[in-house]
Amino acid sequence: MLDRRHSVPDDEREIVIRVRDIEVGFGEKTILKGLDLDVYRGEILGFVGASGQGKSVLTRAILGLVPKRAGTIEVLGQNLDSLSPSERRLLERRWGVLFQQGALFSALTVKQNVQVPMREFLDLSDRLLDELAMLKIEMVGLNPDAADKLPSELSGGMIKRAALARALSLDPDILFLDEPTSGLDPIGAGEFDELIATLQRTLGLTVFMVTHDLDSLHTVCDRIAALGDGKILAEGTIETMLASDHPWLRAYFHGKRARAVMATGA
Amino acid sequence: MPQSALAQEPEVEIERTGDRVTAKLAGYWTAEYAAAVERIADEITAETDTHHIIIDLAGVHRLDTLGAWVLDRTRHDLGKRDLSADFANADPEQQILLDEVAYRGFQETKPVKHSRFVDFLVDVGRTVHDAGHDLVSGVAFLGELIAAIIRIILNPSRFRGAAVVNQLEQIAYKGVPIIVLISFLVGCIIAQQGIFQLVRFGATPFVVDLIGILILRELAVLLTSIMVAGRSGSAFTAEIGSMKMREEIDALRVMGLDPIEVLIVPRIFALLIGLPLLTFISSIAALLGGGITAWLYGDVSPDVFLSRLKAAVDYHTFLVGIIKAPFMALVIGIIATLEGMAVEGSAESLGRHVTSSVVKAIFMVIVIDGLFAMFFAAIRF
Repeated sequence: MLDRRHSVPDDEREIVIRVRDIEVGFGEKTILKGLDLDVYRGEILGFVGASGQGKSVLTRAILGLVPKRAGTIEVLGQNLDSLSPSERRLLERRWGVLFQQGALFSALTVKQNVQVPMREFLDLSDRLLDELAMLKIEMVGLNPDAADKLPSELSGGMIKRAALARALSLDPDILFLDEPTSGLDPIGAGEFDELIATLQRTLGLTVFMVTHDLDSLHTVCDRIAALGDGKILAEGTIETMLASDHPWLRAYFHGKRARAVMATGA
Repeated sequence: MPQSALAQEPEVEIERTGDRVTAKLAGYWTAEYAAAVERIADEITAETDTHHIIIDLAGVHRLDTLGAWVLDRTRHDLGKRDLSADFANADPEQQILLDEVAYRGFQETKPVKHSRFVDFLVDVGRTVHDAGHDLVSGVAFLGELIAAIIRIILNPSRFRGAAVVNQLEQIAYKGVPIIVLISFLVGCIIAQQGIFQLVRFGATPFVVDLIGILILRELAVLLTSIMVAGRSGSAFTAEIGSMKMREEIDALRVMGLDPIEVLIVPRIFALLIGLPLLTFISSIAALLGGGITAWLYGDVSPDVFLSRLKAAVDYHTFLVGIIKAPFMALVIGIIATLEGMAVEGSAESLGRHVTSSVVKAIFMVIVIDGLFAMFFAAIRF
């Protein structure tokens, strides 16, 4: 496995997502409290945490799908709260999101799904529109005949790939992945990890990946952030995680499953 | 920094030194400038007349998949004319992108051409086939339903009383206000129009006969059935359809539960009980509306109204209306369930089936009402 961990010190790298002291809750319940997180340009950040701790909530708060009660979120140097609607639209073109269930538009074919953002935001000739959509579909490793299929005709792995093609359709700077390998078999998950690493290198993406997959954490993530008690418990490379004393992190990274991954991966 | 601050239109400068042609590119070769990117690429193709061109990427600030694709496509197009093109001064990231994108033609999927006439015939044929299929599957489903009901009768502990009561609340109880309202209004309208016509013959009091017979025999049950088809039939289809989409129906099946017993029978039972009740309520509301209107417009006092109503309407009139209600309930329930079960993966399919559930149910309700009218006339009921 390629070692792509960067040797540049953290404080010299460009921060593309800066979350400061954020608080998110629903009704009486507070889910995230005083959470800080930085994501650097060009890295793949793995985001872990027990179920129900608010991994998806943080992702959705950054994307603006869930309102936050306090704190600031800066994406690509712009504070999300101070953006005008048109600036916001410009910013939204620069991120792509892969939802956990794919969230493909069920009435459209794969190709049309990939073309939706292109049609909305770009002025492309019909030829380019077709060629680019096919290019993205091939880049994510789908067969060209999948292009004219409807999402209901695709397998789970193909849905993830098609949704990834849609997320990449505008060549985003930041890619959000919500459990990209969940529901895939280990080989499919491994291939998907490789795909993300390749695309990240090719397109110079910054990837924010919510995952539970220990294999993904080991093989593709440059850095890992662990969420617990509404805060970031620890962040750093896999070695930092392994060295941590926090009970949940110990259980997570030193559990039976983790040891199995370590044994085969190392 | 915002992207627009440094944004530059893509540009090209073509230099000729002897036999060498160099196309010096500059600016942003990205999707935002797609039109300009394509135009310049065509320009390069057109300008190239020697065997070799060097495409110099030194001035390109930004390159995305679109830019890389168009550049590589240009190289490919030149290749077809036996001209070669090479990229120069691409930085490593741009080179990776150019390699990764590597132009290739995609097979065009050509739309198959049909004549309109053939399309029309195909459409007609398909519709007839579907209607036949609907009929067969409707009868088959009726059989399944009856089999399930017999199983429940043989083993009453499998009857889901709570589910029936719950559905009854949704279908009947929560439907009362709207049904009362529309029935009341329709009663008023019929009475008013009846009076306007009958007053010319000096036969105003006969409006009571008109209202009583029309409402009890036909209108109450029709109004109620149409309302229930719209309100509850659509809800059934949507509920069952979305359960089918999310594999909940399959989940029931593998747990050894029969979806018909669990989901359908309680709903159809609730309809069978609820629709006659609602029909009765609707009749009363419409009669009330008619009575008030007759009093206001035709000076038919409540005493006169009631005594005339008693003379005009008998038990049969009421029965003719109410007997139809369970049949309407069955038809609405079966159509709604079948449409729900036919839902496939997409949201669009769900919408289509909910629509067709309501349309088919209302259509069948009216057809059945007509059949009953003929039947009752034949037996002089």
